[in-house]
Amino acid sequence: MGNKPKIDKATGTKTVGHEWDGIEELDTPMPRWWLMSLYACIIWALVYVVLYPAWPMLNSATEGVLGWSSRGEYQKEVDAREAELEPIRQALVNIDIHKLADNPELLNEAIQGGRSAFKVHCVQCHGAGAAGFKGYPNLNDDEWLWGGDMEAIEYTVTNGIRNPDHAETRFSQMPAFGRDGILQAKEIQDLVSHVRVMSGREKLSGSAKRGAVLFETNCAVCHGSDAKGNRTQGAPNLTDAISLYGLDRAELTDTITNSRYGVMPRWGHRLDAATIRMLTAYVHSLGGGEAAPTMDAPANDEAVTGVKAGSPVDEQS
Amino acid sequence: MSNPEEILDPGLKLYEKRKGVYPKAVTGTFRRLKWLIMAVTLSVYYITPWIRWDRGPYAPDQAVLVDLAHRRFYMFGIEIWPHEFYYVAGMLVMAGIGLFLVTSAVGRAWCGYSCPQTVWTDLFQHVERAIDGDRNAQFRLQDAPWGPKKIGKRLSKWSVWLFIAFWTGGAWIMYFADAPTLVVDFWTGQAAFVAYATVGVLTATTFVFGGFMREQVCIYMCPWPRIQAAMMDEKSLTVTYRDWRGEPRGSVKKAEAQPGSFGDCIDCNQCVAVCPTGIDIREGPQIGCITCALCIDACDKVMDQVGRPRGLIDYVTEEDAELDKAGKPHMPVLKTLFRPRTILYFSVWGTIGLAMLFAVGNRTRIDISANHDRNPLYVQLADGDVRNAYTVNLRNMENRPRTMEISMTGLGQAVLWSGDGSRDGANQSVKVKVPADSVARARLFVAAPGEGAQREDFKLTVRAEDDPSAQDSHEVFFERPEIAR
Repeated sequence: MGNKPKIDKATGTKTVGHEWDGIEELDTPMPRWWLMSLYACIIWALVYVVLYPAWPMLNSATEGVLGWSSRGEYQKEVDAREAELEPIRQALVNIDIHKLADNPELLNEAIQGGRSAFKVHCVQCHGAGAAGFKGYPNLNDDEWLWGGDMEAIEYTVTNGIRNPDHAETRFSQMPAFGRDGILQAKEIQDLVSHVRVMSGREKLSGSAKRGAVLFETNCAVCHGSDAKGNRTQGAPNLTDAISLYGLDRAELTDTITNSRYGVMPRWGHRLDAATIRMLTAYVHSLGGGEAAPTMDAPANDEAVTGVKAGSPVDEQS
Repeated sequence: MSNPEEILDPGLKLYEKRKGVYPKAVTGTFRRLKWLIMAVTLSVYYITPWIRWDRGPYAPDQAVLVDLAHRRFYMFGIEIWPHEFYYVAGMLVMAGIGLFLVTSAVGRAWCGYSCPQTVWTDLFQHVERAIDGDRNAQFRLQDAPWGPKKIGKRLSKWSVWLFIAFWTGGAWIMYFADAPTLVVDFWTGQAAFVAYATVGVLTATTFVFGGFMREQVCIYMCPWPRIQAAMMDEKSLTVTYRDWRGEPRGSVKKAEAQPGSFGDCIDCNQCVAVCPTGIDIREGPQIGCITCALCIDACDKVMDQVGRPRGLIDYVTEEDAELDKAGKPHMPVLKTLFRPRTILYFSVWGTIGLAMLFAVGNRTRIDISANHDRNPLYVQLADGDVRNAYTVNLRNMENRPRTMEISMTGLGQAVLWSGDGSRDGANQSVKVKVPADSVARARLFVAAPGEGAQREDFKLTVRAEDDPSAQDSHEVFFERPEIAR
């Protein structure tokens, strides 16, 4: 150890001067550019630690003097997007809901916004495709319990159905004919037969004929003597192909015996008016939307549909 | 490995240092040809974006426009949509085979005359000669110490180069946007960032490639010389030094002193002096030779001066060179030109070109594609019918708005209506207005009786109202619940 550095013959390189049993070490330091990069990285790291969140502490990391955070960045983007959408929201709130269809651009914005809002607030009950489940109506079809024009849909979304402690909510209650002892089990079976005959699921029988009489006295007041239903009470049409709980004997027996009491939350106090309009427009656009009741629908066969190019792409959920 | 001293030689470098090339000015037939080709290629490059082409109010009026922002490619009367990119691919294939054809017939003519690297380097070398003087003056200036004169000359040369380089990039971006608008936007600082970035990058590459790297690009960066080596054969035209005529070299004086013992080459080195890539053609064909033929001009001039026949350096095929050497006449030009290889290249090239022309001429500028909605697959309607929904894309590839009629066939008495229409009064067709040169998206509803197969195929057909012959169809299906009712 401690020899003087000398030049290695074979390579022409200086040695570091240490020697262990005749073995020497060549002095080949890191290249300068490499060292420079290392120092630059160290300086960079020091600056970074001061400017940005870096050291993990007990509950969070040090904040850094720039105050940057990925959440903050995200929030900024969300806010920017919200600001962009604000004019559309304003226009939506201010327009007469029956005139929305005359403004295809705004209508399209509303439908796209409603599609997103639906996925957050509505799919839990109505399903991702709005096709519903047993007890939760299919919003694609052309039967509506409480009305299917824009105004009616918006009212339903705002106030809900059978919401407790809310005066504006859509409300009706079907009696539990069996449980409350209004009808005997045999009478209920006759009624079931009659309802199934009306919607074409059974052939006319003695039981159905007896059921028809019972229907007139017990059911017609809400469902109508033609059984076509009554939208002011949410009473379904019993003669068509659509039913909320099913039209087999067991389901019908259950319905008449125990009644049904489907509840939909009200959204008026949770969502802003613009979002509710968007949801309304989306649900209306699914295929069953009806025209405003007072207006006569114009003849459609010669009507030409204008489609805007480059409208937002439907992701085909 | 045998000699460690050689391996450890500190002077030995991994990369060879560039030897400066200071080509001398030359005049002659091929120089004139190069001037002509430079004028034509540069004019094409600078003028093309400014040619106007009226396409009506709904499309740009620039004859050649690669509209990346709107995904359209216009070339005079032809408009290409992104889904038709195979035409561009076809053109690239044609360009490739065209190069094969040219190379097998006339050697590296592309390299020597029309390659942008050659054209711009040539231009830069002229600038260099105009400012620094010819070859010898350039040598002197290179070796001179830095002083006011040298600094002045260098700065003015680089400024002119930068000016040319800037306009190279500046012309390039004109192909990607409306040229007159872009010029105004560019100078008022309103053009897109990518425009400035492109000009910046192209200015830098032109300046560096044309001013400093020059033949290094051809020799080390470009794959083409290496590919061309495989394309060329003994019947390809190439610049050849007739060594059997020229060797052994000797000056005119020596030849006069010892007649008969020297060849025609007087070893004046003019062929080396004028070479833009700094090679000596007398060493035979080599990768650095771009066959620009300037050495032919230089040598012919010298041969004229010393009263010997021209063509000591000449465009000769390898085959003819062998015949020449043996004192036999050359192959007939037509036989050399029309040989299986060139005929094959030409027929492939021509077939692709004709096929593309035919395809372009027969394109249908209308298109429909339909997607069946999957959630829900079907909707039970109150009257017992079943409804399906479809998202339909309609392409109107003409430069005018068109009303299109979508009709259905093959699903019995089913009816069709559009998303913002209504089932009342619906029949088996619906009309949709599609804006000019764009894709329209429409939602279609189809209702059919609930009784029927669980899945039925049918066809959606779109027709343009103003041109009944233009139509396109898409096969779709109609889905019903497993058990209706």
